[in-house]
Amino acid sequence: MHIHKFEQFWIKLSYVLIAFFIATVVYGFVAMDLKVIGDHATIDPQNLQDTPFGNPGVREITKNGETEYEVYVQTVQFSFVPGTAQPIEIPANHRVTFYITSPDVLHGFDVAGTNLNTMTIPGQISKFTTIFPEAREYGIVCNEYCGPAHHMMEGKINVVPESEFDKSNLVE
Amino acid sequence: MTFLHKYPKAAKVAKANFIVAFIALAIGGFFGFVQALHRTDVFRGFFNSGEYYTLLTGHGVLLALIFTTFFIAGLFVWGVTRSLDREPENMAYTWSWFWLMTIGTVMATVAILGGLVPDSSIRAAVLYTFYPPLQAHPLFYIGLALVLVGSWMAGADWFWSYNKWRDNHPNDRIPILTFMALFTMMMWYVCTIGLALEVVGLLIPWSLGWVTEIEPLLPRTLFWFFGHAVVYFWLLPAYYVWYAILPKLSGGRLFSDSMTRIVFIIFLILSTPVGYHHQYADPGISVGFKFYAMATTMLLLLPSLMTLFTVVASMEHGARQRGGKGYLKWIGKLPWDSPAFVGCALAGIMFAAGGFSGMINAGMNINLIIHNTIWVPGHFHLTVGTAVALTFMAISYWLIPQLTGRKLKFKTLALIQPYTWFLGMTLMSNAMHRAGLAGVPRRTAEPQYSGFEFEPIFGTMAEMDWQIAIGGTILTISLTLFLWVITASWMGGEKSDMPVDDYIPEPLSGVEHTPAILDNMKLWLALAIILVLLAYSFPLWEMVADGIFEPGALPRPS
Repeated sequence: MHIHKFEQFWIKLSYVLIAFFIATVVYGFVAMDLKVIGDHATIDPQNLQDTPFGNPGVREITKNGETEYEVYVQTVQFSFVPGTAQPIEIPANHRVTFYITSPDVLHGFDVAGTNLNTMTIPGQISKFTTIFPEAREYGIVCNEYCGPAHHMMEGKINVVPESEFDKSNLVE
Repeated sequence: MTFLHKYPKAAKVAKANFIVAFIALAIGGFFGFVQALHRTDVFRGFFNSGEYYTLLTGHGVLLALIFTTFFIAGLFVWGVTRSLDREPENMAYTWSWFWLMTIGTVMATVAILGGLVPDSSIRAAVLYTFYPPLQAHPLFYIGLALVLVGSWMAGADWFWSYNKWRDNHPNDRIPILTFMALFTMMMWYVCTIGLALEVVGLLIPWSLGWVTEIEPLLPRTLFWFFGHAVVYFWLLPAYYVWYAILPKLSGGRLFSDSMTRIVFIIFLILSTPVGYHHQYADPGISVGFKFYAMATTMLLLLPSLMTLFTVVASMEHGARQRGGKGYLKWIGKLPWDSPAFVGCALAGIMFAAGGFSGMINAGMNINLIIHNTIWVPGHFHLTVGTAVALTFMAISYWLIPQLTGRKLKFKTLALIQPYTWFLGMTLMSNAMHRAGLAGVPRRTAEPQYSGFEFEPIFGTMAEMDWQIAIGGTILTISLTLFLWVITASWMGGEKSDMPVDDYIPEPLSGVEHTPAILDNMKLWLALAIILVLLAYSFPLWEMVADGIFEPGALPRPS
């Protein structure tokens, strides 16, 4: 088979580029802890009341001697529970693990302008962990079409300094 | 003698396919115009925000599924008939797949447009991805299934012609125009297994009420089994044009026959096991399989980069035949006054830009910044919305005269059309990409929120909204020009035995240099199926092991 020498060079260059891109993804995973969401657990979407999602909100836990937070969120047509009626309030500089699921249809949970971005799928639990480094407000957007009022579905995360964090809103 | 006179029966079928394609393009394109004005809040007087999603469904289905499929069918009828020098084997069969696809299209369209009738029970505002548990009327799913079956029959028609041709040409190599069509269709058969299982196996029984519950992740995964390869089903016919016809339009010939075949083989093998890259942000799919899909996606850069080389090399050869000199000065010698050439060339440039944003989409972790933001439609309006759609429009200026035996009218308007498309898309797409980086969601009628403001990194929200609205308007003008030129030429162009120069010269490096193994269809198909099994068998098994419809969710009206 005849391959022009310029084309041979171009193909080699393409391989280098492809290897470089794959390497950047691996580097992000390993060195920067930029992971994607994986396979956590399934749940019966018609019976969330008997699970922690039946009492959604922010919980405080102690893990390895550190204070961490767990946030259980339900995404429903057309609000985040919690998040829409009242903001999700969490302190800065603590590990926060989100558990999100949906009782009805597919939704998105995107903290606007960040890489906190997951699909929420009935029957599946989306789990991811993060640390908010500074006190500020973030908007939450549903970025998967979920029905005729999809564009109304928004929420808020309120990251506060640890000293101002009000523990009376925590759920058990 | 042009195509119409040599193959009148095939010309009639191809024309029928193009008519349906262009009607879908006109309706779907108009919906796009309404959306561009609506979501940017420039003008919301046409429809309300609930109806927006009906229009959006129409836009996606009519353009991404119907316009493309019918155009591709017309193009392949032309290419296979011409390169094998045979009319279709049985016209009743050929017309039956055309009518099946058309009936399916009408059913799906009726179901979608029903959403604009107040209190109608016939609705399908489920978008072209139709993720359950949002439920459309059964008419929608059954219509789509008929289109799918029709497209399978169309592919079988071309294989039939090929087999008959093979009987008389036992030692010939597969002509390149047929080779590319058959490999595209083999990829289509592999990837549509997922769609068929989803629509026929799950959604139709569910929408008819035979089962009430559905597991949302399973149909979504089956959709994306199909949903990225369908991108290549749109793109490969554009490559078909760039490989087979564009070199000729540039005044030269294809650079390499063997490289062309290798590129199509790689697409057959790698197009389907990449589907999880649309599900990077999904729960319920393990990171390992996402990683496998990421790697295969990145490998798919290879055939596209090879295509870039061949297309540019073929164009340069053409320009040098026309007297072009120097390292870059030859570009000026290309036929920048030929509408068909200009459209293909500008589509290629846009595809390079779309390729770059696609590399970012493929980067598994960086993808989370832009997943489901308006960045994504910004990306695919460069790829399918320009690389594919503009190539299809441009090559129509060269194909339709061959099929109608009439010369093109309004050549100046036809020449302006690709340039305006390029301009409109540059405005719209750059703004969509940048808005996506700020987190503005896609598929949203009013992406303006009361509780917070988006913080753009480059530019301002108002400026981006205006670029999207103005860009969308220019695109609509461009589309109108296209439809006007084609309709006028079709109805009233000057009749001619040779309305365009339709001769296609042999490649520079011809088929005599091409290894015979590249034509071994069974080998490459088997390899493609093995890679699909590796990617999908275990995750799909995990999803169905607890019951096909478990964990089940109840249907919700769309």
